[in-house]
Amino acid sequence: MDYAAIVFLEILYMISFLVLSSVGLAIVFGMMRVINLAHGEFVMLGGYTTLACHSAGINIFFAMLVIAPITVGIVGLLVERLVVRWLYGRMIDTMLATWGLSLLFVGLVTLIFGSSAVGIPTPISGYQLGSYQMGGYNLFIIGITIVLITLMWIVLRYTRVGLVARGAMQNPEVASSLGYNPKTIYMLTFTAGAAVSGLAGGVLAPLTGLLPSSGGAFIAKAFITVITGGASIITGVLSSGILFGAINQVVSFAANPVMGEIAMLVLAIVLLRLMPQGITGRFFRNST
Amino acid sequence: MNEELSAAGRIRWGWFIAWAAVMLLLPMVLEDTHTLTVLTIWSLLALSLGLMWGYAGILSFGHAAYFGLGAYAYAIASINFGESTVALFLAMLVPAMLAAAIGAMMFFGRISDVYLGVITLVVSLILFKFMNATAGDVYRIGDARLGGFNGIPGFPILNVPGFPSMEIWGTPFYYVVAVALLLCYLLSRWILYSTFGRVLLGIRENELRTELLGYNVPLHKTAIFSISAAMAGLAGAFFAMWSEIVTPGLFALGQSAEVIIYVIVGGLGTLVGPMAGAILLGFLKLLLGEQTLIDNSLVMGLILVLAVLLVPSGIAPQLAKFRKRYIDRLFRQRSGSSGRRRRKLGGSGNGKESS
Repeated sequence: MDYAAIVFLEILYMISFLVLSSVGLAIVFGMMRVINLAHGEFVMLGGYTTLACHSAGINIFFAMLVIAPITVGIVGLLVERLVVRWLYGRMIDTMLATWGLSLLFVGLVTLIFGSSAVGIPTPISGYQLGSYQMGGYNLFIIGITIVLITLMWIVLRYTRVGLVARGAMQNPEVASSLGYNPKTIYMLTFTAGAAVSGLAGGVLAPLTGLLPSSGGAFIAKAFITVITGGASIITGVLSSGILFGAINQVVSFAANPVMGEIAMLVLAIVLLRLMPQGITGRFFRNST
Repeated sequence: MNEELSAAGRIRWGWFIAWAAVMLLLPMVLEDTHTLTVLTIWSLLALSLGLMWGYAGILSFGHAAYFGLGAYAYAIASINFGESTVALFLAMLVPAMLAAAIGAMMFFGRISDVYLGVITLVVSLILFKFMNATAGDVYRIGDARLGGFNGIPGFPILNVPGFPSMEIWGTPFYYVVAVALLLCYLLSRWILYSTFGRVLLGIRENELRTELLGYNVPLHKTAIFSISAAMAGLAGAFFAMWSEIVTPGLFALGQSAEVIIYVIVGGLGTLVGPMAGAILLGFLKLLLGEQTLIDNSLVMGLILVLAVLLVPSGIAPQLAKFRKRYIDRLFRQRSGSSGRRRRKLGGSGNGKESS
C-alpha cells in the first residue's frame, strides 16, 4: 500500500516536472509557432539566478518565485528584440539562431559560474510515509505546477489579456485589424514564456542540481512534450506530460531510469509519426 | 536558377586538381599532420550534411548520431575482427541502414520540416543516453565492451587491407583521409550530375511539383539521407582512428550543432562551402581549446547567431555574389558600356529568382 502510494507520487512528480519545465516553451510555440531551442538555457538561467540570490542571503522562495522569473523574463525580452523578431516566419532559421543562443548562454554561464556542478539545498525537509522516507520538496513542485497551470488557464480563459492572446493565436490578421499590434503581442508572449521558464528553473534547481550544460537535459524533454502535445498550450502540455511522465516512471520502476527515458523518447517518435500535428491536433481540438 | 541547376553537377576540373594538389602537398610544408587530419575529417562530416541539407533541403538536427554510430561500429567491429577493412565497411553500412529505416519512417509518413528536426534530434539523444548507460560487463558485442561513459579505448587502427600488422598512422593516414575526402567530393558531384541529383534539386525547389511529375519523393529523400549517413559514418570511423577512443560524447547535441555551424557559415547549397567552413571553424575551435579565457561554445554560439542573422546564405555564396557583382562588372566596363548594361539587367533578375 505504501509502495503503491510512493509510485503514484513519483509518477505525479514526473508529470509535474515535465509540465513545469515545458510550459514556457509551450507558450512560445503555441502562440507564435516559434521553437525556442534556447529554452533549456532559460530554465538553467532561472536556476543560477536562484543560486546567486540564495548565496547573497535572500529568502530562497522569494528568489525562485519572484526574482528568477523577472530576471529570465528580461533576458527573454532582450533575446526577442535582438534576435528572434528578425526571423518570424522562418521556422528553421529561428531554431538555428536559438540553438546558437543556447550555446552562447552555456559559454557565458561557464565564464561566470565555472563549469563544475553546484547544488542548492532543498528548503523543505522530507517526511515519513509508512516505512519510506519521502522528499517533501517533490510535493511542493506538484503544488506549484497545479497552481501555475490553473492560473494560466484562468488568465487565458477569463481575462481581457487572455482573450487578446487567444485571438492573436487563432488569427493574427484579424487581431491586428482590431487594433492590437501583433508585434507587441509576440514580444510580450516571448517574455512571458521566458519568465515561466525562469520560474521553472528556480523551482526545479534544488532537486536537479546545476551545471552550465544542464539546459540540454531540459530541452529534449520539453521539446518532445510540447511538440507531441500540439498547438493548444494547456491541454497539449497536460496530455503529453501525463502520458510521458507515466511511461517514464512506470518503465523506470520496472527496469531502470535510463530505460525509462529511452522508452519516453521512443514513444515520442512513434506518436509524432502517427499524429504529426500533435495530440491536440487530433483530439481536444477546441481547447485552450 | 537555371544557372545554378546546371552548375550543381558541373566540376571545374582545373580548380579540383589545384585543390587536390594543395591537399596532398600540404604535409610537405606543415609538420603537424595530426591537426590536418582532424580538419579533413571534419570537412568530410560537413560535406555529408552539406550534400543533404544544401541540395535536398533535409536538415538533420542530429547528424552526430551517424558520425558517432560510424565510430562505434568501427571500434566494435575492429576489436572483433582484429583488423580494419571489414570494420571500415561496417562503419558506413550501419549508419546507412539506421538512416534508411528512420528516413523511410519519416519521409513515407510525410513528416514536415520541424518534426523532422525533432525526430533526428531525439534519435541522437536516445543513442547518447543509451551509450552512456552501457557500463558493465552485460553490455558487450562479441569481444568489445561498450564501456558506458568511458567509451571504448584500444581498438586496432587502420591497416593495409589483408595485413593486420601493417598499421597506417601519421602522415600516410592523412593521405588516406584526404583521398577519401576527394573521392566523396567527386561522388557528391556525380550524384548531383545524375538524374537522381536533379530530382533532389527539384524536391528542394518544389516538392509537390516533383511529386506530380511522377517522381517518388519519399524514396529519393530516404536514399540521400542514407548516403549522407554513410558518409558521416565514414568520417566517424576516421575520427575514431584519429582519437583512438570512442566515447558517448560523439553523439552529443553540441557535436550536431557544430556540423550545422560549419555548413551554414561555409554556405548552404554549395559543396566547397561546408568543407571550407569546417576547416576555418575547426581550426578556430582548436585554437580556442588551447586557452581558457573564452569558452569554446560561447564563440560557436555567437557565430551561429550572427551567421543566421547576417549571412543566412553562408560565406561561399556571398563571395560568389560579390565576385559576380563587382569583379565581373569591372571587366565588363573595359569591354564596353552596352555589355555592362545587359549584365546589370541579367544580374538583378538572377538575384530575385535565387532569393
